[in-house]
Amino acid sequence: MRKLFGSTYRHAFLIILSLASVYPVWFIFQTSLKTNKEYLLNPLALPLHPVLSNFKETFTSFPVAHWALNSVIIAIFSVAGAMFIALLASYAMVFSKMRGVNFLLSTNIALMVIPPVTLVIPMFMLMVNLHLINTLPSVIIFYIGLFVPFSVFFLTNFMKSVPYELIEAAKIDGLTPFAILRRIVVPLSSAALFTLMLVNIIYAWNELLIALVFLQQQESRTLMSGLSLFQGRYSINQPLVMAGAFVSVLPILLMYIFGQRFFVKGMMAGIGK
Amino acid sequence: MVLIILLVFIYPLIAVIRNSFYSGSISNLSFIGTANYVNLLRDEVFVHAILNNIKLLLTVPITTAISLSAALILYENIRGWKLYRVILFLPYIIPAAVVGLSFSYLLQGNGILNTALRNLHLNFAALDWIGSTTLSIYSIGAVIIWSQFGFGVVVLTASLLSLPTEVSEAALVDGATRWQRQRFVIIPQIKETVQFLMVLQAITALAWVFPYIYTITKGGPANSSMVMDLYIWQYGFSLGAVGMASAAAVYLLLLSGVLIFIYSRMRKRQSDI
Repeated sequence: MRKLFGSTYRHAFLIILSLASVYPVWFIFQTSLKTNKEYLLNPLALPLHPVLSNFKETFTSFPVAHWALNSVIIAIFSVAGAMFIALLASYAMVFSKMRGVNFLLSTNIALMVIPPVTLVIPMFMLMVNLHLINTLPSVIIFYIGLFVPFSVFFLTNFMKSVPYELIEAAKIDGLTPFAILRRIVVPLSSAALFTLMLVNIIYAWNELLIALVFLQQQESRTLMSGLSLFQGRYSINQPLVMAGAFVSVLPILLMYIFGQRFFVKGMMAGIGK
Repeated sequence: MVLIILLVFIYPLIAVIRNSFYSGSISNLSFIGTANYVNLLRDEVFVHAILNNIKLLLTVPITTAISLSAALILYENIRGWKLYRVILFLPYIIPAAVVGLSFSYLLQGNGILNTALRNLHLNFAALDWIGSTTLSIYSIGAVIIWSQFGFGVVVLTASLLSLPTEVSEAALVDGATRWQRQRFVIIPQIKETVQFLMVLQAITALAWVFPYIYTITKGGPANSSMVMDLYIWQYGFSLGAVGMASAAAVYLLLLSGVLIFIYSRMRKRQSDI
């Protein structure tokens, strides 16, 4: 009896938490299917006459497709760049037995906790001087730098669990360090690499402050910074804003749902104990 | 790696400290010593921003408690844990800007929450969540908890799953109750992860709330929900007061430094024992 009660309790906790997790996302979706008139009369319930007109208007009122393309380009290049650098650096730190590794790793943790907002003004001035402001590389370079510390932390944690004997055996077999990385370490780390990629992509896709400041021309915006324009212009048409919001989360949502199975496994590898 | 770290961290850190002793615009800086630091402490809005960030630190223990409870229940393989897990990770992937947008519609005076409360004849509870100078910062705190707890569930679940099961099983054989196993066997093993998570959350509460504030209240009403990163953005980019913004950034760095110092002392004391 007591056991039953206990498990009911815990289910109740999880159900309430789940409802709280889902409702705001559901609210975005259901509202995006209402006309403004229906939303004003009936903000809570399901749409009686679902319409797709908001999505159509989303793409015609602003260059949303262009913003989406910018977001995709920024995500791909910043994440690929950061992971390439972090992979080489972690590999060197974990397996080469060079001196000062502990110092590097603790410096790395310190970098992880530096608030990016404190770096924004000098980086902005630098990008102005390099004539990169309002171009995607300005943001890509900044993101690469911001992703490297966490990626190194994540990958070194994982690589420490790779048996050193495996690497030594490969060395004896005459593999070059780069071949060991490519043929042994990377295949072993696939779950960790995948999860790390997902985490970084989510960050790149969702980041607002840097994107807002560095990309101010209509054509150069990302989805997130563009979305804040929606809010200003359509303050009296909330369903339209929610349609824009839904469009901007959909790619991440799909990626998460399809990558779900590897996600926890990769997290275990990278965060561990 | 060294190059990108120099470019994205070291150079901006040096520049931001240097700029904090200057006044004027980006192209025309003049040295004024520590005047910016003094003026900031005399500025009511800035002091209020620091206090707000400290209030937001209260979200850290609440978020951690929610994440930890959820992760511990999921760890017991409660029925439906797979579905719960997918759902509870969901808030983590939703961009802060989108979270802010949808919650601004949920929480505004005539928003969804208040409409629902009025339909239930709970008019007294339908408060002006984000339009009131006293409530707005707490409402934003609640939104941050919603948005952050999923990350905690992800990290703690991963950490729990990589624990050896033998210890917990031994405790079970010895007749330990669930509470005893959690309190004395499981939690001590993931203590380091919990602490690390709390540091990351504390840094978020101190320095990474811009997207929420920007989309929900823009710091208002009457600067009542002003926080440090919004202040830095306003002075640096809207008002062009680079020196003031840089000095504010240095204050923020110092505050985060204090946090990290406490954390590393805690870690050190543990490893001494």
